[in-house]
Amino acid sequence: MFKYIVRIIEIYIFAPILKTINQANNMKLNRTLFSLFISTFFVVNCFGGESEGKDLRKEIKESINHHLLDDHNFTITHGVSFPLPVILYYNGDVDVFLSSKLYGDHSKPIRYQVDEKSYTIDSHGHILGYIGGEEFHPIDFSITKNVVFIMICFILMLFMFVRMARSYKHGHLPKGVGRLLEPIILYVRDDIAIPNIGKKHYKRYMSFLLTIFFFIWIINLFGLTPLGVNVTNNISVTFSLALLTYLITTFTANKSYWGHIFWMPGVSVPMKIMLAPIELLGTIIKPFSLMIRLYANIIAGHVVLMSILGLIFIFQNWIGSTLSFGLAFALSLLELLVAALQAYIFTMLSALYFGAAVEEH
Amino acid sequence: MEKLINDFSVGLFFWQSLLFIALILLLKKFAWGPILSAVEEREEGIKEALELAQKAKEEMQELNADNERILAEARIERDILLKEAREMKDKIVSEAKDQANTEADKILLSAKEQINNEKLKAITELKNQVADMSIDIAEKILKSELSDINKQKELVAQVLKSNELN
Repeated sequence: MFKYIVRIIEIYIFAPILKTINQANNMKLNRTLFSLFISTFFVVNCFGGESEGKDLRKEIKESINHHLLDDHNFTITHGVSFPLPVILYYNGDVDVFLSSKLYGDHSKPIRYQVDEKSYTIDSHGHILGYIGGEEFHPIDFSITKNVVFIMICFILMLFMFVRMARSYKHGHLPKGVGRLLEPIILYVRDDIAIPNIGKKHYKRYMSFLLTIFFFIWIINLFGLTPLGVNVTNNISVTFSLALLTYLITTFTANKSYWGHIFWMPGVSVPMKIMLAPIELLGTIIKPFSLMIRLYANIIAGHVVLMSILGLIFIFQNWIGSTLSFGLAFALSLLELLVAALQAYIFTMLSALYFGAAVEEH
Repeated sequence: MEKLINDFSVGLFFWQSLLFIALILLLKKFAWGPILSAVEEREEGIKEALELAQKAKEEMQELNADNERILAEARIERDILLKEAREMKDKIVSEAKDQANTEADKILLSAKEQINNEKLKAITELKNQVADMSIDIAEKILKSELSDINKQKELVAQVLKSNELN
């Protein structure tokens, strides 16, 4: 492992220099080096790989699409991947097996037979089942790469914050990482929760707001590591988060909130009737916008970043590639900001909706 | 939209929801609750300490003001006392003087009276003595005078003569 890290660093630093030297002579070496370089920066496993004959642009597009998808294997970099458990549910039956069973040599999908059923994986990462020659779609509860990272985030947050909570037992000030986290927690409380929800009700929502803020932030940051994960650009994840905001808003809302939706005070009766469906729709649109905003921001960031990295291979000359590298670097910094910003926006808007739900008139 | 629905993975949604809700509940119990209450406690403590300090400061100021007031009052009282004492002293002294004067007058008067009395007494005594002495002298003179018959005769003649004149 250590050797591997050393190699990554070596390539990370020396690759741009080598690129300029070897530019014209050894294209294949360049591509291999650069694919490794990128896999340290932002895992793209397919660049410069086996498919020599394919059109380069198509190849780049494919690897971007592949990167955006969830994966049943835990792939760290090209050739280094761990199988993960696949859990499939179909008609009351649960099948559990390792994802390595679905891949043959050179990561080519193969059929895996379980009793009378057989499973295979398509190019989008969906698992298809066959029973007696007929295709069916099992519900996939697999521990995919994204689930693994949700779990890692879960454990990390639990570890960090429980430790931080413990450190308060010895004194009034936190120790270690709590020193860094406390101002952020206080920021969420004083600048997000209290101004939007109000001093009276904010305590009820603090656990949710803090958890969602740190969860989105940390998981977004994971997406910027060279591990090539991207959890928050899965619509299922953002849907789950937005659904929670919606449910909490709906179930903690007071009379006045519903009054404003179904019977808007201060307008004439026909307007009241007109406004009711619009307002009702608004309650769904608000969390829907949360879902789309987070999803779109993260996916856009990843696509743009990956595309600019792909440009390195399209330019094939040291000016364009170096510029692409600089641009990718700048964009990575921007993405670091976006990671925190999206967490902030999601938390902020959730707090705003909660505030509207408990507002008293 | 179709892509979104197509991309939707029930499994991922399930795990995300399960883990996230578990995370909220666990963190609420073991992290957010203790952290927020500790922070609040600390903030309360700081607020109380500040208030206490403010109160102490105010009390101190009040105390200072009181002290000054008391000091001023004491000064005034002292002045009054001093003044009173001075007055008292003056009064006593003047009274004593008066008394002494009257006493002295009285003593002088009685002394004078006594002296007078003594003088009168002395004068009376002197008079008596002088009278006695005169009588003695007269007796002696007479005796000596009348020891000679001629002289007796002459005296009688004299007395007669004076009686005749009357």
